[in-house]
Amino acid sequence: MEKETLIYDFDEESLGFEEPEKVSDAPLGPGEKLSLALLGFGVLMFIVQSLGASPAGSWIGLLMVVVPVFLGSTAYFYLSFRDTVPGIKHDNIYFRGLTSRGALGWVVGVVFTGFYIIIYWFPEFVAGGVKVVSPLSTALSGSPADRWFFYGFIYTIAVFIFGARMFMKYRRNRYQKIRTASVMFFQLGFAFLIPNILKAFNQPEFYLSYFWPLKYDYLFPGTVSYFANHPGGLGVFLVFWGAVMTFVAIPLLTYYFGKRWYCSWVCGCGGLAETMGDPWRQLSDKSKKAWRVERWMVHSVLVFIVVTTVLLWINSISSGAVFGAASMSLKKWYGFYIGAVFSGVIGVGFYPIMGSRVWCRFGCPLAAVLGIFQRYLSRFRITTNGGQCMSCGNCSTYCEMGIDVRAYAQKGENIIRSSCVGCGVCSAVCPRGVLKLENGGTFKDRFSGSDRPLSALMDSLKHV
Amino acid sequence: MRVAVIGNGVAGVSAALSVRRLRPDWEIVMISGESSFHYSRPALMYIFMGHMSYRDTKPYEDSFWKKNRIELVRGWVTKIDTAGKKLVIHEKDPVSYDRLLIATGSKPNKFGWPGQDLGGVQGFYSLMDLRLLYENVKGARNAVIVGGGLIGIELAEMLHSRGIHVTFLVREKSYWSRILPMEESRMINDVILEQGVDLRLETELEEIVDDGSARVKGVITSRGEFVECQVVGLTAGVSPNVSLAKTSGVGTGRGILVDRHFRTDTTDVFAAGDCAEIITEGEEGNLIQQVWYTGKTQGKAAGESIAGEGKAYYPGIWYNSAKFFDLEYQTYGMVTSIPAEGERGFYWEHPNHRHSIRIVTKDGAVTGVNVMGLRYRHEVCESWVAEKRSLDYVLDNLDEANFDPEFYDRFEREMVSEIRKQVA
Repeated sequence: MEKETLIYDFDEESLGFEEPEKVSDAPLGPGEKLSLALLGFGVLMFIVQSLGASPAGSWIGLLMVVVPVFLGSTAYFYLSFRDTVPGIKHDNIYFRGLTSRGALGWVVGVVFTGFYIIIYWFPEFVAGGVKVVSPLSTALSGSPADRWFFYGFIYTIAVFIFGARMFMKYRRNRYQKIRTASVMFFQLGFAFLIPNILKAFNQPEFYLSYFWPLKYDYLFPGTVSYFANHPGGLGVFLVFWGAVMTFVAIPLLTYYFGKRWYCSWVCGCGGLAETMGDPWRQLSDKSKKAWRVERWMVHSVLVFIVVTTVLLWINSISSGAVFGAASMSLKKWYGFYIGAVFSGVIGVGFYPIMGSRVWCRFGCPLAAVLGIFQRYLSRFRITTNGGQCMSCGNCSTYCEMGIDVRAYAQKGENIIRSSCVGCGVCSAVCPRGVLKLENGGTFKDRFSGSDRPLSALMDSLKHV
Repeated sequence: MRVAVIGNGVAGVSAALSVRRLRPDWEIVMISGESSFHYSRPALMYIFMGHMSYRDTKPYEDSFWKKNRIELVRGWVTKIDTAGKKLVIHEKDPVSYDRLLIATGSKPNKFGWPGQDLGGVQGFYSLMDLRLLYENVKGARNAVIVGGGLIGIELAEMLHSRGIHVTFLVREKSYWSRILPMEESRMINDVILEQGVDLRLETELEEIVDDGSARVKGVITSRGEFVECQVVGLTAGVSPNVSLAKTSGVGTGRGILVDRHFRTDTTDVFAAGDCAEIITEGEEGNLIQQVWYTGKTQGKAAGESIAGEGKAYYPGIWYNSAKFFDLEYQTYGMVTSIPAEGERGFYWEHPNHRHSIRIVTKDGAVTGVNVMGLRYRHEVCESWVAEKRSLDYVLDNLDEANFDPEFYDRFEREMVSEIRKQVA
C-alpha cells in the first residue's frame, strides 16, 4: 500500500470541508450595481422618513420607498440568476455565512428576531414606519395604518420580492413557479387586500386564508358571536367560511392533494417560508431526535388549542360558571407563547439559524391536523423511482421540514410523512430523477401491506 | 461467527446490512481507512461545490451502526492472513474473522503518461482525492481533465464552479460516445461548451509538463498543443483495486476473481462491488461492474452468500443514470452507441436539444430505452424489456413511464408520432 495512503489521517468528521479556494469572483456588473443602489436608495428613504423627514405619510413618500426597493431587489435577483444554468443552483450555499450559520446568518437572525420583538412589544419604535405606509392603509381601509397594517405590508412585499427570486431560481421547474405564484396571490389578496377592504366597509377584518386551529380565535366563542352579531350579514358568512374550511376543506382537499394544498400553496406562514425562507431551507435538523421532538411538540400544541377552545365554549355556554378563569388564562397564555413568541419571534426570527419551517414543523396546530389527514387519509405521497437513488442526500439536505427523504428513497420506499408540505424541492434537487410528488395512492401505500388504516394507526402509535 | 468487511463503500455496507438482516446474532466488523462512517461516494462533488456538508453525505446517522451492531474500525488493512484468518491493520490491533468480504472498490486509471505523478495531477474517486483537490486548486486558474467519462464531467463541473477554466480532453470524437449514441452524446457536447468549458474532442494526453519544482505547469496534447494548467484530473476510467488481495495471495485477474456467489479462490474470503471480477461460463467474458447500483446489488447478494443463503448472482436488467451539468440522463435495458446486429433504434429529440428519447428494438421486442432531459419510471421501462413488449405496445403506453414533476411539458405525443413515422 502506498505510503501517502497509510499516512492519510484527515479527520473528516471534526474538520469538515471548508470552502475550496476560488478564482476571484466576477465583479458585479453595472446592472447589478445599479439595482443594489436603487434598493439602497429605497431603504434610505424609508429610514429618513420614519425618522420624521417629509414627505412621510404621503403617497409620494411611500412610492419613493416601495418603487426603488421593489424594482431594485427584483432586478438584482433577475440579473444575478440570469446567467446561471436554468437547473438547480446551490453552489456555495455551505460556504456563505448568510446561508450556513456564519456571522452574517446570525446578524440577520438577530435583526429578524428583533423586528418581531419590536412589532409585538415595543410598537413605538415602528411608529415612523407605520406613518410611511399610512396612505395605502387609508386608501384600502379608510383608516390610518397601525403596526399590524405595517407588518402585513412588509410581509407581503417580502413574499413578492423573494417570490421573484424563486421564479428566477427555479425557472426550469414549472411546479415551483405555479406554487410560488399561488402563495403570492393568496398573500396579496386573501391576507392583505381583502381584510383591509373589509374594514373599509365596516366589516370585521377577516383573513380568508387562515382558519382554526392556526387562526385559533376564529372558532373561539367570543369571535364567533362577535362576527355572527355583526350587522350586515357578512359576519355570518365569515363564521360559516371559517367552519367550512376547518371541518370540510381540511379533510377533503387533504385527501385529494395532501397538506400541500394549504401549507405550500395558500398559507401565509408557508408563503413567507417558501419565498424569503428559501435560502435557509437546508438548515432544518434532519436527525431522528429532531423528528421525535417535532412529533411531541406539534401534537402537544394541537391538544392545547383544542382543549382551550373546548373550555372556552363550556365557559361561554355556562356563562362563566365552569372553567371561567381557567379557560381565559389558557387563551391568554396560548396567545402569548404560541401565537406571538413561537410563530413569530422564533418561527421567522430563527430562519437563518434553524431553517425556514421551524414554526410549521414544531408548532403549527393546523399543520398537525393536516398532517394527521395526510398520513392516514390521503392519496398524496412522494414516490421513488425504483433503484435509481444513489444516496447522495440532496433531497434530505434541502428538505425544509427536516424529513430524511433519502432514508426512504435509498430503500425504494414511498415517502408518506405527516410533516411533508409538498414543496417539491426534493424532487427538484434530485440529480438522478428519483422523486415525484403524486396524488393517487391507496391505503396499501400508506400502511405497508395493510389496507386497514385503523389497525395500522394503532401499530404506529406503539412506536411513538 | 464473525464477519469482517474491508471497505465501507456501498458494496461493503450493503453486504454488512444483508448479513445483519439474515443473521441477527453474528458479529460484524467493517474496516475502512478512508472514512469513519459510510458516505455516499457520488456526493463528493456536492461537498466541493458547497451544495452539502460532508455530514449530509452520510446515508445513515452515526448511531445507526451501533444500533445494528456493526462495529466500525478506522484503519488501513495492509495484509490479509488467509491461513490465520486475521487482518493486519496499519498501526492498529489486528482483526480476526471467520468470513471476510473484500470490498475495496476501484482506483483511477493511469496509463503511464509522462509526468502522471507530478504535483497537481490526480484522479478523483475517494475522500482522499477530494482532500487533495482542495490542496491542488490553491492558486489554480486553469485545469485540464483527461478522459471523457462520468467522473471527468463531474470534475469539470466542480472546478468550473470555483471559477477555474477547464480544458476537457476527450479521446473519442464526441463526449462518452463509446457508451452513448451520437445524438445523445452531441447534446452533452453542447451543454459542456455552453458552460464555457473548452471541450477538445479526438484529443489525447501526450505528456504532463513539469514546472521545474515537480509540479505540473501544463500538458501537451496529441495534437501537439501546449495547454497551461495547474491542475490535471486523470479521469480515464477506473480499475478494480486489487492490490491488497493480490499481495495476500487471493486470486486476481483484472479484478478479484469470484464465482457467482462472490467466493474467491480462498476459503471464507469473498469479494464484491467494483473490485470483483465475476467469472462467467459464457462467451462474453468475465463481469466487472463499477457503478453505484451494481455495488449495491452485488453487496446485498454477497452478504446473503456470506450468510449461507445466497443464490447465484445474475445481473438484472441494466439501468443507470447521470447528470451532465444540467442535463439529466436515465437508461434502462441495453442501448449501445452503435446498434448491434438486428437492433434498430428509434429516436426523438426536442427542437431545443434538451429532451430526447431513444427506444431500441430487436426481433420485434423493446430491449432498451434512453432518456435525456426527461425522467422515466424504472419499473415501467424495466417491465417493457423484461416482458419483451413490442414497440407498438410501448408507444401506446409511453405516458405511463413519464416521471417528470407535475406541470412539466409532456412530449409523449410528439415522440410517438415521430417514432411511428420512423417505423413506417
